[in-house]
Amino acid sequence: MAVITYRDALNRALREEMARDDRVFLLGEEVGEYDGAYKVSKGLLDEFGEWRVRDTPIAENGFAGLGVGAAMAGLRPIVEFMTWNFALLAYDAIVNSAAKMYFMSGGQYNVPIVFRGPGGSALQLSAQHSQVPDPWYANIPGLKVCSPATPADALGLLKSAIRDDDPVVFIEGELLYNVKGEVPDGEHLVPIGVADVKREGADVTIVTHGKMVHVALQAADRLAKELEVEAEVLDLRSLRPLDTGSVIASVRRTNRAVVLEEGWPISGIGAQVVDDIQREAFDSLDAPVARVSGLDVPMHYARSLEKLIVPGPEPVIEAVKHVCYLD
Amino acid sequence: MASTEESVAKDRFGGIPEEKLLWMLRAMLLSRRFEEKTAESYQVGKIGGFCHLYIGQEAVAAGAIGALGEDDYVITAYRDHAQALVRGMSARSVMAELYGRIDGCSRGAGGSMHMFDKSVNFMGGHGIVGTHLPLAAGVGYSIRYRRTDQVVLCFFGDSVVNGGPFHEAFNMTAKWELPVIYVVENNSYGMGTDIDRVAAVDQLFTRACAYEGKRAEQVDGQDVLAVHAAVERAVIRARTEKRPTFIEAQTYRYLGHSMSDPAHGVYRSREEVAEERERDPINTFVERLTEAGVLTDDDVEEMDREVIAEVEDAAEFADASPVPGPEEIYAHVYSDEYRGGPDGRDAWR
Repeated sequence: MAVITYRDALNRALREEMARDDRVFLLGEEVGEYDGAYKVSKGLLDEFGEWRVRDTPIAENGFAGLGVGAAMAGLRPIVEFMTWNFALLAYDAIVNSAAKMYFMSGGQYNVPIVFRGPGGSALQLSAQHSQVPDPWYANIPGLKVCSPATPADALGLLKSAIRDDDPVVFIEGELLYNVKGEVPDGEHLVPIGVADVKREGADVTIVTHGKMVHVALQAADRLAKELEVEAEVLDLRSLRPLDTGSVIASVRRTNRAVVLEEGWPISGIGAQVVDDIQREAFDSLDAPVARVSGLDVPMHYARSLEKLIVPGPEPVIEAVKHVCYLD
Repeated sequence: MASTEESVAKDRFGGIPEEKLLWMLRAMLLSRRFEEKTAESYQVGKIGGFCHLYIGQEAVAAGAIGALGEDDYVITAYRDHAQALVRGMSARSVMAELYGRIDGCSRGAGGSMHMFDKSVNFMGGHGIVGTHLPLAAGVGYSIRYRRTDQVVLCFFGDSVVNGGPFHEAFNMTAKWELPVIYVVENNSYGMGTDIDRVAAVDQLFTRACAYEGKRAEQVDGQDVLAVHAAVERAVIRARTEKRPTFIEAQTYRYLGHSMSDPAHGVYRSREEVAEERERDPINTFVERLTEAGVLTDDDVEEMDREVIAEVEDAAEFADASPVPGPEEIYAHVYSDEYRGGPDGRDAWR
């Protein structure tokens, strides 16, 4: 086990998979000479050359579509978006082309492609640079969607995504790149569509993913210390396929659930999770399920308001107290 | 155009073998008869949805695809039936797809706008205007990456030149020297809007000057030999120099934008359509071939009977093919065992 950053874990995944399969290549803005806007692709241009690490013009629809075409003709592209906010310009390539091709061609042209980059808020990047894209992609049949929270999951999920024969939307946490964690030595693969218990607990299940896993863990520590409430933190890791089975199994053990996400509340990931819980674990519930999400507004620039919009441990603790009838 | 006429004078058909001339004529006739049958089947309700016919534009598909080799790729927009046929897809599989049947090329999942056949490198059939131009660039990227001498032929309509994907694709294709041949089929109208009313520059081939100015040309899209010659030059350039080419083929569709639209109306007159029919690409080519003694009127009639029989057979085949059953619903959403739906269950449970 080595302790490395989330950034270096992603870099290792890229390097290992590019070395393993010469059909794999990376393209995007600044991925080559600049080593990536967030340095995820550091050193790859020198190692693999410009046809496999391609600096693109700032034209998201164009280079995402180029990736789809290359995937149809035998390659396995990894398209990096500098952030998922910019990928809105490529939504057509992802949704109308990548997600539909295998289907529209009656199973003739699959599209083995990974679209990856950071999502979510960082610090004072305001309205156009702080969005959580997760539900925009989780809604689309034909896509798979991953959102790792830890370096080990970043490594293992990205490697699985690159090997997957379908298009995978891979949403990294903009504030997670410097997070350190233990990563297994040797080959490490995390299957897409399998959730992971990040903290065990018997009193309540906090279902979440991505950056919010860390918020949930902070909340769980304080709940244990301050209220002797043991929260289980279930990290979805993938949003499509969604590991409903693990959610239900956990809620059946704890009988209470809080569903936490960074993004907006309406039609969010949490809405789907709550529906699954009420359907499959209704009789196990001792309280209505609570949701915690980002507030339903575009992101403010002012730090005073940004802090109120992105969920921190406090609203999670309040929600847990509510479902445990402690408030 | 001038260069083609000179070479014809020198060597009646520019050195094109007789076999290829007949192949192009047959491809055009098959396209015409197929689309006529498609219109008939649409009108009696055997075909649904949006359905865009190619009648009037046949010389572009036949001339351009006729210049390709077997390993090359073709990608196009939603007016795709004729290009699919010319590329070598069977009339049966295209018609069955139009009928939404299981023996269609895409098992009835795609319909009129989404013809695909991997066995002949026919890569669709794309329904969003301009969206497939970056895809064509990606196929070109794959060719350079794999170091083969294939080329990609990408057809699209005139409206595409005003949108972003056109420019994004052209820029990358030119900068990275990708072997893509872009052919705009300029039929003058984007649905019911005259291109002159919305395009700042009406000579569409000049749009490429920002990227590959010297490698853009305009041809008479109703002259199959002119199209063939231009694309053949582009193919050689793509194979040997890995350079893209942009060809504007000036053509004309006789019918409405889709089966839902009238052939003429506010945006163009009945007289204009009648005038354009005077330079019909099939009739003019037949005249040239018969005058040159390549074939007789009887030969043409015989060829026409053959393609009509092929089309009738395709329609009967499509009619007899089963409709997709419920087991097909999730069949090709993913290429592995995941079938979608929340945890694999259906929404109504």
